[in-house]
Amino acid sequence: MKQEDFLENFANQFDETDASEITINTAFKDLEEWSSLLSLSIIAMCDEEYDVKIKGDDIRNAVTVEDLYNIVIDRKQ
Amino acid sequence: MSYLSIGNVKISGISACVPKEVEEVISFPLFTLDNAENFTKTTGVERRRKAPFEVCSSDLCFKAADKLIQELQWDRTEIDCLVFVTQTPDYTLPATSVILQHRLGLSTSCYTLDISSGCSGWVDALGVISSLLSHGSMKKGLLLAGDTILKFCSDTDKSTYPLFGDAGTATALEFTDKDVHGIDFTFNSDGEGRDVIIIKDGGFRNPVNEKSFIKETISEGIERSRLDLILEGMDVFSFGISKAPQSVNNLLNHFSIDAEKVDHFIFHQANKFMNEKIRKKLKLPEEKVPYSLRDFGNTSCATIPLTMVTQLHDSLIKQKLSHVACGFGVGLSWGSCYFQTDQIVCPDLIEY
Repeated sequence: MKQEDFLENFANQFDETDASEITINTAFKDLEEWSSLLSLSIIAMCDEEYDVKIKGDDIRNAVTVEDLYNIVIDRKQ
Repeated sequence: MSYLSIGNVKISGISACVPKEVEEVISFPLFTLDNAENFTKTTGVERRRKAPFEVCSSDLCFKAADKLIQELQWDRTEIDCLVFVTQTPDYTLPATSVILQHRLGLSTSCYTLDISSGCSGWVDALGVISSLLSHGSMKKGLLLAGDTILKFCSDTDKSTYPLFGDAGTATALEFTDKDVHGIDFTFNSDGEGRDVIIIKDGGFRNPVNEKSFIKETISEGIERSRLDLILEGMDVFSFGISKAPQSVNNLLNHFSIDAEKVDHFIFHQANKFMNEKIRKKLKLPEEKVPYSLRDFGNTSCATIPLTMVTQLHDSLIKQKLSHVACGFGVGLSWGSCYFQTDQIVCPDLIEY
């Protein structure tokens, strides 16, 4: 699983935020578009693309996109 | 994996009763107009019915059952069993099903049972009552499924109060010696997820004490006491999108049911965004998946029969149909079943 692919999948969940504004180090909850609906979209993306279950606490505790990527990598193994 | 195939039983009628009091999501005091629109966009809920203080789940179920018995023209003394599934009973004890036996004028030789189950409750209890009837000694039975979950919701909690609605339903079943398909089931439980949907105090693990009543601020827009319902939305979502499709697929595969030939897939409904993810994962066309949550919200164990009464009424009374129903939620527990209906009795939605 490549980090770039995860980042692309992550950025694809956003409608108004341009993908170029989101990097692996972005504190995603600070993005203006961030919402509870987006958190559900991210959970669904991890389920569909990686078959990994993300919990509410994972989203709450993660700061950057990389934090979530690491959780997915960890659970995938 | 628990599978069950029950023969010699059929569903003869379904009814539902809701309080007449309507609460619009848009009038929820904690919401701005934008908040309300976003909430509805995600959850699909626009309004719900809310039972007044003095009206209990059993009252809604009583009305639904009373009307159904009349329209079926059943002799009340012939009803041999009554199962009541709820998380909002009349009393800690006695069991509400016993009270309902008396209120409905059923015989004292009627077998009664309360089942504590929420979103998967109708499927769970359908398994129990159809098993009882399939032996052929008991001929007729009533499955009452209803909840007044809003009584548990803090009106200062945006994660629960605008989402839930109150409803009661009745499903009538009969033993039949004819060659009918019967009902096929699959059930699952996972108590590890008990904290995801829970009321912390008020049972015997944590009895009510003075601290139970203190309202705590959990996050912005979420203020509740330990006697109010907790719903960890993200965790429930994660659970629902993985387990509901898996459960339906297990049912279809195990019993070799051709999804193409199933007329309706009726899901418990908690959130439209989640339900649509489930529908798309199973590649089901929109027209096969009816929803009632826009007008009634998440109605706990009543959702599946309420959806049938409000969305499928005309075809239920006129046609022979096959259905898959799937309930999932509090416990965590989840289950699916396949059943057929053939021109059943289905009174119009009753208002309390």
